[in-house]
Amino acid sequence: MNKIIEKTDLSENVVKMVIDAPAIAKKRKAGQFIILKMNEKGERIPLTIVDSDAAAGTVTIIFQIVGKTTAMLADAKAGDMIADVQGPLGNPTEIENFGTVVCVGGGVGVGVVYPIAVALKKAGNKVISIIGARTKDLLILEEETKKVSDRLIVTTDDGSYGFHGFVSQALQNVIDEGEKISRVFAIGPVPMMRVVCNVTRPCNIKTVVSLNSIMVDATGMCGACRVSVGGETKFTCVDGPEFDGHKVDFDLLTSRLRMYASEEKQAFDNYRCECHGK
Amino acid sequence: MENEPKKKKREKLPRHKMPEQQPLERIKNFNEVPLGYSEETAMAEASRCIQCKKPTCVTGCPVDVDIPAFVKLISEGKFIEAAHKLKETNCLPAVCGRVCPQEDQCEKFCILAKKEESVAIGRLERFAADYERNSGQVSIPEIPARNGKKIAVIGAGPSGLTIAGDLIKLGYDVTVYEALHKAGGVLVYGIPEFRLPKSIVEAEVRYLEKLGVKIETNSVIGRLKTVDELFDEGFHAVYIAVGAGAPVFMNIPGENASGIYSANEYLTRSNLMKAYLFPEYDTPIVRGKNVAVIGGGNVAMDSVRTALRLGAENAYIIYRRTEVEMPARIEEVHHAQQEGVQFKLLTNPVEYISDKNGWVTGVKCIRMELGEPDASGRRRPVPVKDSEFVIDVDTVVVAVGTMANPIVPATTKGLETNKQGYIITKDEKGETTRKGVYAGGDIVTGSATVILAMGAGRKAAGAIHEYLLGNKETPS
Ligand SMILES: Cc1cc2nc3c(=O)[nH]c(=O)nc-3n(C[C@H](O)[C@H](O)[C@H](O)COP(=O)(O)OP(=O)(O)OC[C@H]3O[C@@H](n4cnc5c(N)ncnc54)[C@H](O)[C@@H]3O)c2cc1C
Ligand code: SF4
Ligand code: FES
Repeated sequence: MNKIIEKTDLSENVVKMVIDAPAIAKKRKAGQFIILKMNEKGERIPLTIVDSDAAAGTVTIIFQIVGKTTAMLADAKAGDMIADVQGPLGNPTEIENFGTVVCVGGGVGVGVVYPIAVALKKAGNKVISIIGARTKDLLILEEETKKVSDRLIVTTDDGSYGFHGFVSQALQNVIDEGEKISRVFAIGPVPMMRVVCNVTRPCNIKTVVSLNSIMVDATGMCGACRVSVGGETKFTCVDGPEFDGHKVDFDLLTSRLRMYASEEKQAFDNYRCECHGK
Repeated sequence: MENEPKKKKREKLPRHKMPEQQPLERIKNFNEVPLGYSEETAMAEASRCIQCKKPTCVTGCPVDVDIPAFVKLISEGKFIEAAHKLKETNCLPAVCGRVCPQEDQCEKFCILAKKEESVAIGRLERFAADYERNSGQVSIPEIPARNGKKIAVIGAGPSGLTIAGDLIKLGYDVTVYEALHKAGGVLVYGIPEFRLPKSIVEAEVRYLEKLGVKIETNSVIGRLKTVDELFDEGFHAVYIAVGAGAPVFMNIPGENASGIYSANEYLTRSNLMKAYLFPEYDTPIVRGKNVAVIGGGNVAMDSVRTALRLGAENAYIIYRRTEVEMPARIEEVHHAQQEGVQFKLLTNPVEYISDKNGWVTGVKCIRMELGEPDASGRRRPVPVKDSEFVIDVDTVVVAVGTMANPIVPATTKGLETNKQGYIITKDEKGETTRKGVYAGGDIVTGSATVILAMGAGRKAAGAIHEYLLGNKETPS
């Protein structure tokens, strides 16, 4: 049982939550995630650890309400308990002084790329951050990202704020300006990561993506999370979650993520009906 | 009583059948298939035992259960006492009575097996254990004062649970770290409810907790803490029992398509996460109409019978050899046949075909024939040229084996493994190449059986007791 310490709405459907988890907080490194299960009947879902405070014994997560479990989590209040929190899982991000790096985050992926930007900055890199959202109200962590970045570019798909366009276009502009980039970290929706990889591939800029495969145990035991990287089958939970984006089979990832689309919708709809009934 | 074996003419009595749910009924539910003996039947079956002076059955039991003694107690109607007798050497009799391959163990060596049919030792074991549990008279043994030594057990499968029970009774302070949210290992995530009701495993785990064993779930050792950190925290010895849970795929084209599961995933969703109760439980599972399960072991039988219960109209076993070579228990193969599973033998998948959404629609197979015997002594299956054909499916479960889970070995300095990643032990007591670290169960032997994993836990308990306190007395 882990207690929810604090809950903040970052946008209409994105929530930040601080959870009591002292042992995990002590061990966690940038890039790692937890598995969380709300109650006895709940599903196990992976969520990236955005921040941790070893002294306070807490970890922070940021999630978008996309299904029943995240909706339940969003409905929970500070003081409520989560039945199971397992972690830290996955391999930490490889952090070094690479030189100049670009951290690209889309939507809720901004929350995932943020701790990586923090660690890269600390390691001495010049950090350029490009963060985007569909529209201004959905943009998260702008202030926080700004603090750890040498340069911040904000984009919105509808032009309501910052650069009018996609993060990939902003990245293309940075490349065109002649910036010598050693590495790109791109995290967000699958189409976004795919497009970013398409931008960096011709310039041969190593691009690390973090994959959000469906998981069950997250200890390498089931293969639910399998992806194809460079033609080889890898398990996201133990071999990842970060991979060389130029080698990831995004089509396979996309189709496997849709495997339970109808069941997920059914569970989400049932939950919303029950809640409205109350 | 002494003279009983000498009774002049012993009537040949057939072994008593255990009532079962009817096949067409049971494939509609996940309830247990065999229903257990009544008191009368159990006593009648127990009195078939001729109480051999030198019981050969015991030689077939990996943990030396005093079989004639517990059987005799049942024949006398002393059911609770029979359960206690079992528990002297086997801490999970309700589990073993259900899942031990008795036909290869105790029952194979029963003297009656030669002339008629062996005593139904497994069914009697199950009866006694169930009787005790249902009576509510499960006794908590007296636990000696703590001896100040702390033991960490990694993995709460049968091996880890056994050693925990043994060491707590010897006065140790025992903490079990389990990666998942529930203790039990394969007993909770792998073996289906219809073969082993989860309430039985839960009762055993609660019993250990009552004895004082601390169980820390959601604790992936190697990630949350390493073995070195456990020693730093003050543990005096560590027992590794993390099983052989990593799935093996065949690496044939199309195997990552949607609708294709490893047996571990399929069974974990269904058993541990209770996906068969979706949407009451949140975890989904694909309820395929045409389901192919690849493999011929117990895991394959469990998967295919799960598929039927999830509503499959056609459930296939695709196996590259013949029924004779199938590693699954005969009983399980029979159950599957009764339930309508279609066996595609001498058949091997070579490729999966999917639709435009990436969902599997067919498995392309090749026919096989048996050639020369291979290293295992079984005749090697060889493909028949140009014999490919396609079976239409919408769900596939790959049950061709498992391998060592690398997380703990990879994060523990000085712990040697063999080429396949299994931990090397010096002898059967589980001593590893790292001082104070012991290992047992599937992570040492590769996929084996519940009783062997338990036996390894018991032996390691003795070894740790000797290592820490120089005590040679064996745990009981
Ligand atoms: C579907 C299926 C059916 C079977 N049927 C039978 C049968 O009928 N009869 C029979 O005798 N045998 C059967 N077996 C085999 C039997 O279950 C195993 O041999 C036995 O469970 C091995 O026990 P174990 O304690 O070594 O490991 P496991 O039962 O595998 O338990 C290992 C535990 O360690 C945990 N773990 C793993 N890594 C870590 C980590 N890093 N940190 C903490 N915990 C960790 C796992 O989550 C798991 O709970 C079956 C196996 C399967 C898969
Ligand atoms: S534990 Fe297994 S082998 Fe031993 S007596 Fe019981 S059923 Fe037979
Ligand atoms: S989630 Fe099960 S192996 Fe990765």
